[in-house]
Amino acid sequence: MMIELRQVSKTFPNGTIGLKDINLKIQTGEFVVIVGLSGAGKSTLLRSINRLIDVTSGDIQIHGQSITSASGSRLRAIRRNIGMIFQSFNLIKRTTVLNNVLSGRVGYHSTLRTLLGSFPKRDVEIALTALERVNIREKAYIRADQLSGGQQQRVSIARALAQEATIILADEPVASLDPLTTRQVMDDLQRINRELNITTIVNLHFIDLARDYATRIIGLRAGEIVFDGSVGEATDEILAEIYGRPVKADEFLDTSREMQVVGVT
Amino acid sequence: MRLDIKSTNPTSTPSIPSSPNDSISNALDKPRRGKRIATWMLFIVILVVCSLYIDVTPYQLFVGLPEMGVLLKEMFPPDWSYLPTIWAPTLQTIKIAVAGTILGAIPAIPAALFSANNITPFKSVSLPIRTLLNLVRTVPDLLFAAVFVAVFGIGPFAGMLALLFFSFGIIAKLTYETVEAIDPGPLEAMTAVGATRIQLIVFGVIPQALPAFISYLLYTFEINIRAATVLGFVGAGGIGLLLNQSLGLFRYDRAATIIILTLAVVLIIDNASTRIRRKLL
Ligand SMILES: Nc1ncnc2c1ncn2[C@@H]1O[C@H](COP(=O)(O)OP(=O)(O)OP(=O)(O)O)[C@@H](O)[C@H]1O
Ligand SMILES: [Mg+2]
Repeated sequence: MMIELRQVSKTFPNGTIGLKDINLKIQTGEFVVIVGLSGAGKSTLLRSINRLIDVTSGDIQIHGQSITSASGSRLRAIRRNIGMIFQSFNLIKRTTVLNNVLSGRVGYHSTLRTLLGSFPKRDVEIALTALERVNIREKAYIRADQLSGGQQQRVSIARALAQEATIILADEPVASLDPLTTRQVMDDLQRINRELNITTIVNLHFIDLARDYATRIIGLRAGEIVFDGSVGEATDEILAEIYGRPVKADEFLDTSREMQVVGVT
Repeated sequence: MRLDIKSTNPTSTPSIPSSPNDSISNALDKPRRGKRIATWMLFIVILVVCSLYIDVTPYQLFVGLPEMGVLLKEMFPPDWSYLPTIWAPTLQTIKIAVAGTILGAIPAIPAALFSANNITPFKSVSLPIRTLLNLVRTVPDLLFAAVFVAVFGIGPFAGMLALLFFSFGIIAKLTYETVEAIDPGPLEAMTAVGATRIQLIVFGVIPQALPAFISYLLYTFEINIRAATVLGFVGAGGIGLLLNQSLGLFRYDRAATIIILTLAVVLIIDNASTRIRRKLL
């Protein structure tokens, strides 16, 4: 079992319920897309998995190890195994692309070694190979903030690859990109998922994207899983249920498909 | 302020003369103007009372002005033959400022990191350090210098130490405010890759805060070079000692040489520093 959530709940300090009794098993190599309305708890779920958020109750296991009860170097070792991709890329803007990718390697070295600032040759090779995989090796020595949004997101994917992670979590990875770049970045994620067998969990709010890339769709509503099935099972009726209303045009990336939906409803 | 503009703008009001906005702004307008006049009156009264109390009056300026003319006349022409003598003390002044600024900036880094709430979420650590920083900043540099002269004796070491404390206070404060305002995204990303706290600082905080830190360091250096020129008045080394002597011996021509040289040094350093700072930000 790659990832397992057992009776996971999260209540924020202000009383807001983020997650309610989530039970979930994700196998190696799956490409899971999580859909749901804004505020449904998609980010909370994703960020609980690598413990950027501490859950209130329940247990989360990664490769059979509880991240919920881990701390110190054991927690860091589990996190090292999980790459994370953010909507806003979260790169270190003032430094080079290569340094950004290398920062994915810090979990493999002692604090002292990273303080001295030099990564071993092998790490540089790993970083360059990662950049090659997302087709931007030629940008290695350019400052990260000089890249386009799509390129920056690919750098952050390369950072996750440099981690040699077996899991990638992506929280709305394409929400700040244009439709064309969106496809390219999603294609990159899919290719990595298939070629390296990296378990991938992506939060998306475009339904057509979810259907195109997912091997499994999970629907969240008010912190609860209301749907969990294959793409074929996620019909418009099911999605309407997840969203609590008919699916709207702006939930599609491709506007030509919007017509079809209008026709259906 | 926006309400004021609305009420005086004729085009927006005629159609709805009894607009609630209008009555509110009129109602606010009168007490506000009254308040402003009262504030100014109070200010003037305080100014007059204080200056009378401590004998600061325009009369003194009037009497003193001719003296100023006499002084200026004595200062010119400056005694250029004095230049070789003051060269070394001027260099010492610069050295005091450089050493004080840099040695103060070094401990300012951990102090800033331990004060910043986003890096050190423990109030039990950040609060005492912030309090210390606030205390350090209440002490004027000359007072520091006087104290250190008393402890370590006359000489540049006391001056350097004074500037060290002074720089530490300013740089640490400005830096921790910058650190608290950095983009939390990269920090989150570093946490997610499994970085230790120090790795997070090296990769997430330093690249973001370094340009501002260097800018504060240069800015503090600009202040310190000025402060260093008068440290000598309390015996803390530098050119101030000679300036004090020249003034005491009524050698205003020599004092003029010192002042002109100091002015030149300050101008050059300010200029260079401002240029570098502009490039950084
Ligand atoms: N730090 C927090 N403190 C309090 N409430 C929070 C916090 N973070 C999230 N929430 C609340 O928890 C709920 C779930 O939030 P979450 O960010 O997981 O939603 P989401 O599905 O990712 O939405 P979006 O599509 O807008 O990103 C929301 O009601 C949100 O307001
Ligand atoms: Mg979200």
